Amino acid sequence: MTHALVRTHINGTEVARTVEVRRTLVDFIREDAGLTGTHVGCEHGVCGACTVLLDGQPVRSCLLFAVQADGSQVTTVEALGTPETLSPLQQAFVEHHGLQCGFCTPGFLMSAHALLRDDAHASDEAIRDALGGHLCRCTGYQSILEAVRAAAGRGT
Amino acid sequence: MKPAPFSYLAPRSREEAIDALRRHGPEAKILAGGQSLVPLLAMRLARPAIILDVNRIADLAFIAAGSRKIAIGAMTRQRTVEADATLGARVPLLRETLRWVGHPQIRTRGTIGGSMAHADPSAELPAVAAILDSSFTLQSARGLRTLTAAEFFTGYLTTALAPDELLTEVRFAAPPANAGWAFHEVARRHGDFALAGVAALVRMDGDRRCTDARLAFVGVGPGPVRVPDAEQHLVGRAITQAVADEMARIVQGALDPDGDIHASAAYRRHVAGVLAARAVLEAAGRTRVQA
Repeated sequence: MTHALVRTHINGTEVARTVEVRRTLVDFIREDAGLTGTHVGCEHGVCGACTVLLDGQPVRSCLLFAVQADGSQVTTVEALGTPETLSPLQQAFVEHHGLQCGFCTPGFLMSAHALLRDDAHASDEAIRDALGGHLCRCTGYQSILEAVRAAAGRGT
Repeated sequence: MKPAPFSYLAPRSREEAIDALRRHGPEAKILAGGQSLVPLLAMRLARPAIILDVNRIADLAFIAAGSRKIAIGAMTRQRTVEADATLGARVPLLRETLRWVGHPQIRTRGTIGGSMAHADPSAELPAVAAILDSSFTLQSARGLRTLTAAEFFTGYLTTALAPDELLTEVRFAAPPANAGWAFHEVARRHGDFALAGVAALVRMDGDRRCTDARLAFVGVGPGPVRVPDAEQHLVGRAITQAVADEMARIVQGALDPDGDIHASAAYRRHVAGVLAARAVLEAAGRTRVQA
């Protein structure tokens, strides 16, 4: 088959579209579901900008085909908060200058969100381990670490 | 960077997968975790006509840890193996090695079998397989066969898998509880491809002399590389810094890595020796005296 019906739940809402089987999950999320918070960076699994949660676990959505998410739950950055009501993690990024251009930010947020969900007061080592697969060109990373530390209740 | 068009099959059972491989083997590529394959598709370095997605075959993912023998299904996620408490106790080398495999997000999808079947020369898991008396189970419509690690890894990104074969599981012997182990790697950043690495296993006798040593190197050859002369150098000796350094020189003399834009041959050769010395000392420190 060259096309397939993909039925998935994104942020709790069912999305069903027939797409080419080679359509990546990140393109499906952005183009077919219209959720452009998830970003396409390197498109070969190195930068982490495309990170979403698949059935609760952080994955690189550029390395998944949409058809592979059929029947699964996808969580994107749009689920964390709204511009009017940021999540505590997002608020921490604002307060600690954890972003500049913001391109890498959704990916960082999803990995940090999953980390703090499982380990609410994650250690520095755990934070670095969880976020080590994300690239940022702007911040130099330290403010991102401070933001996540703060969200983990361990900020200065 | 989008993959070239392909046709897609997602069998729900081993039998379906085997039959699909019988019919389409040469023009099909198996999709396991996708963390190595999908980048190749995106960059169009691979353009298979058919992608055979085996992620829906539930019984290919399992961990069966007996008292000596361990079997891991090919589709078992690396993250699952890393978190498994029994494996952590029986084969701590595996958990330690997996810390070096990509990043947590990669390990969420990446599989044990996929990493072995992809056989990247800088992959960590093949080196662990090379020192743990592994056996690889390959299944096709023509039957079942099992291979050792040396038989399975045949070259650069190449294994003994025939076009119609599916790797279903990897088995290995859990090291004795008193064996010492270590895994060391150098990469530009943690999670990057290894420039050089080594997996080590040692055993000692009551006088703290080495009775068995196994080393497998990463990133210095077409597949995992053993250096028998280096291993033999340790046997019968106490593993001191001096002995480890002598062994390191043997390693450096024996290895013949290729250089590339990431690291020169000389660098890889030198670092492999240094890591080998560190690994055997650390492994020796972890041994307990054989009863």
